Amino acid sequence: MIVLNGTGVSSGIAYGKIRFFRHSKCAVEKISVSDTDREIKRWREAANDASAQLLEMAQRQEGGDAADLFETHRLMLRDPDFVEAIEKEIVESSVNAEAAVEVVGKRFSQMFSSMENDYMRERSADVDDVSNRLINILSGSSEQESGVPTSPVIIAADDLSPSETVLLDRSTILGFILINGSKNSHTAILARNLGIPAIIGIGDKLASELDGRYAVMDGSEGMAVIDPDERMMRELEKKRQHENAQKRRMDALRGKPDVTEDGKNIKVYANIASPADVKYVLENDAAGIGLFRSEFLFLESGSLPTEEQQFEAYSSVLKKMEGREVIIRTLDIGADKNAEYLGLEREHNPELGMRGIRLCLTRPDIFKTQLRALYKASVFGRLLIMFPMVAGLWELIDAKRICREVREELSEKGVAFDEHVPIGIMIETPAAALIADDLAKEADFFSVGTNDLTQYTLAADRQGSALERFYDVAHPAVMKLIQETIRAAHANGIWAGICGESAADTSLTEQFLKMGADEFSVSPKTILPLRGAVRSGKAY
Amino acid sequence: MEEFLYTVCGAYGLHARPAGQLARKAAQYKSCVTVEKDGRGAQTSQLFALMGLDIKCGDSIKIKVEGSDESSAADGIKRFMTEHSI
Repeated sequence: MIVLNGTGVSSGIAYGKIRFFRHSKCAVEKISVSDTDREIKRWREAANDASAQLLEMAQRQEGGDAADLFETHRLMLRDPDFVEAIEKEIVESSVNAEAAVEVVGKRFSQMFSSMENDYMRERSADVDDVSNRLINILSGSSEQESGVPTSPVIIAADDLSPSETVLLDRSTILGFILINGSKNSHTAILARNLGIPAIIGIGDKLASELDGRYAVMDGSEGMAVIDPDERMMRELEKKRQHENAQKRRMDALRGKPDVTEDGKNIKVYANIASPADVKYVLENDAAGIGLFRSEFLFLESGSLPTEEQQFEAYSSVLKKMEGREVIIRTLDIGADKNAEYLGLEREHNPELGMRGIRLCLTRPDIFKTQLRALYKASVFGRLLIMFPMVAGLWELIDAKRICREVREELSEKGVAFDEHVPIGIMIETPAAALIADDLAKEADFFSVGTNDLTQYTLAADRQGSALERFYDVAHPAVMKLIQETIRAAHANGIWAGICGESAADTSLTEQFLKMGADEFSVSPKTILPLRGAVRSGKAY
Repeated sequence: MEEFLYTVCGAYGLHARPAGQLARKAAQYKSCVTVEKDGRGAQTSQLFALMGLDIKCGDSIKIKVEGSDESSAADGIKRFMTEHSI
């Protein structure tokens, strides 16, 4: 029994024969040539052939991601900068077309591998893929890879190029184990899409001598075991059945209403941090968005986002949610976050500093820009606005006054907006929970932010790992504040929800339901488990 | 010339596939289409240069469209980008 460890990038358990994938890659010989015209002609013909190959492969895929990939490779091949660089290399260095393609391909590929963005770095694999195709055509080697499996196997390789990955017959792959590889490679993405396990970064211990041996792999643990003993097999088989049963249970919850066993309708909503996350909201069948953290726009760029940039982001989320509720939380950054352009003073204790609504009320210019963008976007769906970090009643009243000003300005200009966008607040300071009765008369809804509420109630930093046992989200003091918040909300005829980590903790769901929680907002991947807990829970 | 601002919302920014989709869409028009980020620009036919702008999710980019069909091209491209969550 040999145990191999790497990084799991797609979960699942698979058992089968290992099949080493062999690449078809030609070594390039650099030759000095005098007739560069001939080499240019050879290169152009090879580019035409490659383009035809890619077109045919794209058509064979009948749409989808693989077809897009080949189309993209075709565009790379036709990129005027790429073409010019290759022809220039042939002429100026008087070399054969193969050598020119290799040199230029490497240069373009390096441009990507030096990029900051992980995902973009991966794209150097696409460039290498295109160059290899050209070199194979130029040197007359056939396209056909050797060792393409016909029966289901665990594919092993040093790494797989994007086109190698998409050309694999999906019905014959049980899983991937790679010596190198990376999290955002096509292989990892394909594995996640197919729901099969993949492990990367195993290293040289995964040697080609293991070809043909039996192995069992566990994607969530990042472990592959060659020639597993019976005990190992039994254990993993049990885990596999458990994972499958869990997945089936979750899939069965799709499309089901979020109603407790005793008949109360609950809003099970998702948290998102950028418009791109809407995809996961829809994939996991959430009924709405309970917390859209608007900070991403403010943190990713080096300057304040303009009204138009914000409008684009908010309206795109509202449109994609097609009339389902979207709660957008106004800017919640402070000195602890990276937004140097705000020119905030360094604080000894940023968690107790100029953040959330405090910053918005201190910098009404920033706040008003955001509110204008929000109101303008409001006509594209069902928007709710939520203020973070409220501690005093006057803060809410002031913020609402600014909202009114923005609405009046928009009306004067004749800009369309929804006049009845509900305005709610996060309850994340003990102060807010204790004056919830007063706040409920001014707010249209509450959402308890359990992370900050726990931190501020227990005076325990939630980021300090040494404090873990002191930071107790289910501490009776925290629970009392939540209970009081919900009671005050209902007494004043508004709804109250819970967001933050403990909203997704299904061992607390029943307790929150009993307190009267009307809404939960959790990360997209915990929507279905939470729906399960809500449907089997009782609210009364 | 027509121009508009757009916030990229694809999870991985303007990487190979969306850049390719955008390039193919732009090629349907006669106009020359340029993408700009932080003062650097690339034409949509220059796929490598376009990807080299390292446009990430949430980045704001400026699209410039110049040519005989610029107004329909700008509309068409904007709609395409929104619909395809580029």
